[in-house]
Order: sequence, then structure tokens, then C-alpha cells
Amino acid sequence: MTMSLAPNHPAQDAGSQPPDAGSKPTGAKRKPHRKKPSDWVILATAIVVGILIAVPFLMILVNSFKSPADYNTGGPLQLPTHLYFDGIVNFWNRVDFPQKLWNSVFISGMVSILAIIISVLNAYALGIGRVKARLWIIVLFLLANMVPQEALLYPLYSMFKALGLYDNVWSVIIIFTVIQGAFGTYLLSSVYGTFPKEILEAASLDGASRWTILWRVIVPISRPTLSVLLIFFFIWTWNEFLIPLTFLVSNANQTVPVAISVLQGDRLMDVTTTSASALLGLLPTLIFFLIFQRTLTRGITAGAVK
Amino acid sequence: MVSASPKRKKRQSQSLLPASTGGGFWWYLVPGFVLLTGVVLVPLVWNVYLSFTSYRGIRPPKWIGLENWTRLLSDEKFWTSFGNSVAMIIAMVVVPTLVGLVLAAMLFDLIGKKFGGGVASFLRATYYLPQILPVVIAAIVIGWILRPENGALNVILKTVGLGSLQHNWLGSPDTALPAIMVIMVWVQLGYPVVIFMAALQRVNPELYEAAELDGANWFQRFRWITVSIIRPEIFVVTLTCTIAALKVFGPIYTLTRGGPGTSTIVPSYYSYSEFFQTQQVGYGATISTALTVLIVIVSFLFIAAQNRAEKKES
Repeated sequence: MTMSLAPNHPAQDAGSQPPDAGSKPTGAKRKPHRKKPSDWVILATAIVVGILIAVPFLMILVNSFKSPADYNTGGPLQLPTHLYFDGIVNFWNRVDFPQKLWNSVFISGMVSILAIIISVLNAYALGIGRVKARLWIIVLFLLANMVPQEALLYPLYSMFKALGLYDNVWSVIIIFTVIQGAFGTYLLSSVYGTFPKEILEAASLDGASRWTILWRVIVPISRPTLSVLLIFFFIWTWNEFLIPLTFLVSNANQTVPVAISVLQGDRLMDVTTTSASALLGLLPTLIFFLIFQRTLTRGITAGAVK
Repeated sequence: MVSASPKRKKRQSQSLLPASTGGGFWWYLVPGFVLLTGVVLVPLVWNVYLSFTSYRGIRPPKWIGLENWTRLLSDEKFWTSFGNSVAMIIAMVVVPTLVGLVLAAMLFDLIGKKFGGGVASFLRATYYLPQILPVVIAAIVIGWILRPENGALNVILKTVGLGSLQHNWLGSPDTALPAIMVIMVWVQLGYPVVIFMAALQRVNPELYEAAELDGANWFQRFRWITVSIIRPEIFVVTLTCTIAALKVFGPIYTLTRGGPGTSTIVPSYYSYSEFFQTQQVGYGATISTALTVLIVIVSFLFIAAQNRAEKKES
């Protein structure tokens, strides 16, 4: 809107839609630095899409630091007249945010470690041990990952109630260890299926037992894959909603997304406090993403092609 | 060790580890399998069983045969919820895949080559940003903009003199579903872009040049070269996003609770409310079983279609 990063002459060729204009890249390949007007149009289109996607984030950021009065006079697009932290502080105290953060960190952390262990053990038997009927076993694990959680919800609810683990973070940890571990089993089995045979042979020449080979040879060598999986398990578990919502009913056990969600629509949530709640909800994952950006991009694209 | 008897070697051909037989590996599957059985297989079967019972959560379930299933077939609310799932598929699969293809091609082919890889990867990261959020938080972000009285969108409309367009976006039956769809497009768009851009690196530019010499225009080259080379990724993206679209729950729970009326109800929210609000556990189990069956069918159809396409290729 306010930004036009294609100031040169986009209007000239405004009629050319992205698909037509895209016909240039290969033609222009030999002279990579000559830019046609249509190129600027495409760049402008891509930037406008980017702005549209980023604007909600910027709005949340700007309005979380306003007082409701400031919001009412200046509207959502103005910068705050003075920095106002009450919205954030109020919400922070109201949900006991550090406690929710700890719950989320603990649940996601435990799940990712336990799910990695399960995945490694399963994949050792399936990918390297090549036990009989392994294909069917892998399909079974994949099914576990595909089944909608709604179809497990009520039976799990009754089971964990009977076990006395209802409203206990361990119920959620156990469930997601299985669900994430199922995906990990599927992925790691195919990775271990192509494990260099010479290394395994050399290790067993040295007389190492299977157990030793797994932990001293295979796990250290596959550490890059394992760390990508670990980060993904962490984020996926962090972002989960239905099962934590159902199982963690008391305030003290809730995760960040659940705690923020259940307060929406509350009468005490004025406009800028709601904005602050969204900000607190998005900050942890944003920070996490910035730290692990490279690993994540590698993982996202690797995951798509098996 | 190399001289280990040939007989042994034959038996090893299964396992990648020498000096071992496949049998001993079963032990490693035990913990995973016990957990899988307890947390997925038993509950899944139990849920199917509950779909044939009348069960209100207190007294033991009573077998009623197909009663829930016949009720399901004539339940208008159920069909509305599936209709809304189709809307979710449009918002989470159709639009992001098509727009994602165009954006990925733009970023990779043109912007990356003419304006530098930095610009392209910066834009790609921007598109991907909503994907990193818990989907519930993403819904709250957009829901905040769409607040009824003093929401950002309504305030902006008023300041630019379009006050008559102000609307209770999430609270009226005519705009609630489109509003949810906008949220889901915003959330999903970055995923196909990232996947497709990585896939485009496999496209050999010489193929493009050859096609250009043969007089193919950009769209033909895009359709017949690019799309066919990155088809595996298109399959993966459409399959995973379709499954995700059928499972949508968080944004509905947080923003509309299926309302107003039944205008934004989806199967997962419907079954959740049957489980925990009206305590019609048997019927809730029927809805969630129907959803599971649908997801399994969709997945098999996708995988079959992909295999057929791969065969045709070779």
C-alpha cells in the first residue's frame, strides 16, 4: 500500500499478468542483469503478497504496546503515542505465562526426546534389522500418524481417567510420544535402510554387540537427521491443540496455545490486551524459528520428498 | 570373520548387520509397539465400537446396531459440516497449491535470477511466517483484526469512509465461513511455496530452452515441464494439506465454536461437542469414525493416483 518498491515503470506493462511476464526468465538468461518492465511488475506483485502476509504480524506488534484509549483515538495503524506495557503485563500475570511456557517446554521437550528414542529403536529393527513384514509394520505406524485425533479422543479420555492421569501433563506426553514416534519410525526406517553397510560390517568385526552398534555407531552417524526430527517433534507438539485442550483442564497444566485460546472472548479482554495475548502466543515459536531457521528449512524440504 | 560360513551369510541377506539373524531385532520393536497398541490401535477400535452404541459417558455403552449411522446419513448438521470441510479444502489445498505454484515459479525463475537470491529467500521466509505459529494463535491474530466493534478492519473501513461496509465478520452467518477461509489461506500459503521452490531446483534449464526453441510459450512450458517434474511434491502437498483440512479444529473452537448457527461447523468440532458438551458419546464416535474412513479413502485414492501417474511416466 504505502510501499511501492517497483517505482521505475510498472504501469507501462500493467496489462501483463504474472504468467505471461514470466516467459522472460529463460530468454533473458544470457543477459541476467537486463530487467524488463514486466520483471518489476512481478517483483511488485510478490512484494505486495509478502506485505499482505506480514501486515497482521506488524499490526499485532504495534497494537500490543498501546493503551485501549490510545487505540480508540489513533486507530490500529498508528504507532503508539507512548509505550504502554499494561496489556502485556496484565495478560502475562493473568495466565501466569511463565508457568504456561514451562508446561509447553516440558511437554514438547519430553515428547521429542522420548519420540526420538522410540523412532530409533523401531527404525533399527525395521531399517537395519529388516525384520519380516516390515512394510506392513511401517504402514501401521504411518496409520497412527494419519488417524484424526478425534477418533482416539474419547477412548483415550476414558483410559487416562481410569489410570488417574487425566489432567496430568504425562497423559499428553505419552500420547504425542506415540504419534510423533510413528512419523519418526516411518522416516528413520527409510534413512536407516540406506545406511552404509561397510560401517556396520566394520563395527561388528570389532565384536561390538547390536546394542553397542546402535548407540555407538548408528546414532552418532545419523545425528543430523535426528536433530532435525527432534526440532520438528518439539514444534509440532508445541502447536498441538485438541488433545492438550481436552486433557489439561486445570489452569496450572495448560500449554501456551490452550491458555491463550480459552481466554479469547473473555469480557476482561479489551482490544489491546487481546493483541498482547496474540503477541505472547507467537513470540516463542518465532524465536524458536529464528534460532533454528536453517535446520528447519532443510527439514521442511527434505520431508516432502520422503 | 570374513570366512564366516557361507551358510550364515545366506541367512544374513535380510539384515544390514552381518553376523546376525533378523529374529533378534524384534526386541527393539517391543516398546514402540506396546505404546502404539495402547494409544492408537485399541482406542481406534474402541471408538469404532462406540459408534454402534448409545453411550452417555456414565452407564456402560448399550449396543444399538446401526442406529447412529442411519441418523448420521439424515443429519443435516453433519452434511453441513462436511460441506464446510470442502470449503476448508478450497482454502487450504486448492488456493495455496495453485497460488503457491505461481509464486514459487515467480520467485525461483525470475526474482531469484534477476534480483538476486537474497530477495527471493527473504520473500519466501515472509510467506512462510504464518506456518510457524500454532494454528490457534494464527487464528487469534486474524480474529483480532476482524473483531466486531473496534476491530482493525472495521476501524480502517470507517476512516477511509467505507463505514457502511463495517461488519461483524466472524459473527454473521454470511461472512463467518469466508473469514475462516481467509485465515486458513494466510496460514497455508507459505508451505507449498517452500516445498515447490526446493523442487524447482531439479528442473533442468536446458529442457526449457529446448521447449522454447520448439515454440512453446511460458504457460505450456510451465504446464508440461515444470509441473510434471515437480509432480511428486504436488502430490505430497495436496495429500498432507487435504488431510489437515479435514481435521481443522483449533480455529473453529477458538473463533466461532461452529457458529453462528451451524455456519462454520466442521466434523472434528461437531464430534468434540457431541463428546463433551451434549454427552452423546456414541454419536460423536460415529462422526469421528466417518471422518477417519474418509481420510483413509482420500489417502488411498491419492497414493493410487500418484502410482498411476508414475507408471505412465515410465
